[in-house]
Amino acid sequence: MSTSSLPRLQHIIGSGIVAAVGIWVAFVSYTQQPSEAFLFPRLISSVFVVLALWTFAKACLGWTKVGGGISVRQFTNLLPGLIIALIYIFWAAKGLGFYTATTLAFFILLSLYDPAPHHAVRSWLRRILITAIFMVVIYGLFAKLLTVYTPREVFF
Amino acid sequence: MEFLFYMGDVFTPINFGLLLLGTIGGLILGATPGLSPTMAVALLIPFTFQLDAAQGLILLGAAYTSTVAGGAVSAILLKIPGAPANIATTLDGHTMARKGEGAKALQISFLASAVGGVFGVLLLIFLTPVLAQWALAFGPSHLFWLAILGVTVIGSLDSKSVVKGLLSGCIGLWLATIGFDDIMGAQRFIFHPALGGGINIIAALIGLFAIPQVITMFAKGRHNDGAEVIKVQKHPIGGAIRELLRNKRAMGIGTASGSIIGLIPGVGGQIAGLVAYDQAKKFSPERDKFGTGHSEGVIAAESANNAMVGPSLVPLLTLSIPGSPTAAVLLGGLLIHGIFPGTDLFDNHPDVAWTFINSMLIGQVLMCLFGLYVAGLAAKVAQVPQSVMAAVVLGLAVFGSYSVQSSMGDVYVMATLGVMMYFLERFGFSAAPLVLGLILGPIAEANFIQGSMIANATDGMSAYFLGGGLNLFLIAVVIASIFYSAYMELRSRRYTSKEEIMA
Repeated sequence: MSTSSLPRLQHIIGSGIVAAVGIWVAFVSYTQQPSEAFLFPRLISSVFVVLALWTFAKACLGWTKVGGGISVRQFTNLLPGLIIALIYIFWAAKGLGFYTATTLAFFILLSLYDPAPHHAVRSWLRRILITAIFMVVIYGLFAKLLTVYTPREVFF
Repeated sequence: MEFLFYMGDVFTPINFGLLLLGTIGGLILGATPGLSPTMAVALLIPFTFQLDAAQGLILLGAAYTSTVAGGAVSAILLKIPGAPANIATTLDGHTMARKGEGAKALQISFLASAVGGVFGVLLLIFLTPVLAQWALAFGPSHLFWLAILGVTVIGSLDSKSVVKGLLSGCIGLWLATIGFDDIMGAQRFIFHPALGGGINIIAALIGLFAIPQVITMFAKGRHNDGAEVIKVQKHPIGGAIRELLRNKRAMGIGTASGSIIGLIPGVGGQIAGLVAYDQAKKFSPERDKFGTGHSEGVIAAESANNAMVGPSLVPLLTLSIPGSPTAAVLLGGLLIHGIFPGTDLFDNHPDVAWTFINSMLIGQVLMCLFGLYVAGLAAKVAQVPQSVMAAVVLGLAVFGSYSVQSSMGDVYVMATLGVMMYFLERFGFSAAPLVLGLILGPIAEANFIQGSMIANATDGMSAYFLGGGLNLFLIAVVIASIFYSAYMELRSRRYTSKEEIMA
């Protein structure tokens, strides 16, 4: 697939998903009961569907002028970070404990995206130090100052 | 002159301490590229839960004011605007720094910011009570149209595509309906247990503003910005004050443009700075020097982007309609304390309203005083690698959204909305109208339902919602803003096409 056709396909997929959501919202709004509770959703979903279908049609015809999409390079760059972040949020924070999961996620993300060389011991020590400082600050702010009780689960 | 009565409240040890903290912290955060004022204020909201309403607003207001001014530090010393509002400052500020006038550029930028900011807050002080009284005459149909106006104006003016801006607004309005209906108690669009209580606004704000920024930093990969901080030589402050007095025209143009633009919902600091820069250039006898490190350019841009801050809060404090995404975040900060803007705020909580507004006035002076000292540190912070910023912001976003209600559901909502917003932004959608839709949705719906009941008992829906001078005026403004934005969009495309042909 050529790189020039990539944004168009992305726009079709993106606006297609938005249009599908719009149709679903309109369908639910017009079919669910009691109808009084869905008066306002009906109003907005009607406009939502029209605008979403208009955007989808423009994307299919290649008339979309705004939004550059995501290049392959950007996608490959963001993918590892996004996966780590999603594992951290949707599983590790609850499964391992908030502070353990945050320490691990912070350190892994820092190591993944830090431009400092990976072979230098000094840069690893710096990453460990930054992670430790961040965790001390976060613990002080949330556990001590704001007294927020976070899930502790397996670890802490 | 009611505001003078509450002036002393700003100087209590806790309030003044929070003002200092917000101002200095905001200056440093503002200098950090990628941390926008809106995101900084959104991430600060969880820290205001244990404060009383006035204290929380002092912290948020100080952070808002000083992040806008702090953005000038990285604009001048690194050629990277700390916030979109500082884009115009880069044009002359960085050139001045390269010519060895970095300290002078910083001094005049903070002085101009303070003058513009004070004027903007004075406008807020004198306009707000008048408009709040006027707002008493508003009925449900007017408030419904005002809420729709808030979404459509930002949807059309703040987005590159009018249709996508309005669509973003619709998505926000729909998200606001998720949860249990207030009147019938019916379940609406609850497709996951985490959505049972609806979408928490604070968690949503954090997700919508912070997470896309984190993913954008990821998308850059192991990238070293390599931005070089220009060393700053000493410069006498008296010289900067004289420079400012010599350039009263640029100062006046910047302050006036910023104040007027600030009053229009949806038109942000970026536009204020650029319009003021352009106008100051047109009216200057030395217009050829603009762009070559001319102090008039810095003065016009910085006075405008800070003059905009006060007036941008007028629609919020009087009509409950946030005029900008940051004002929407501040509304979230008010709502968590059970306070609704408008006449309720000034009649029942005048201490909160006036202490907050007065703190913004004092904050402008503090921002100017500390700005000059914090600039060096702020420039160093601006060099923090994006990898560190991304991890820090992600951690703060997770802890901040969890602390709202000690609920993992809020963290899931924050992450889902944030990831969704990143991809939507890549396809030309904008976060601002979506946020406005989410915040104004309940106001629009409550007034729509209330209006429908009145209409059914009286003249009927169309006569009630589409009749009357004020309704027609508001509808006309909604339509005019859409058509104006569509016209400007088409015009800019035609202009671009001609440029492309020439190239």
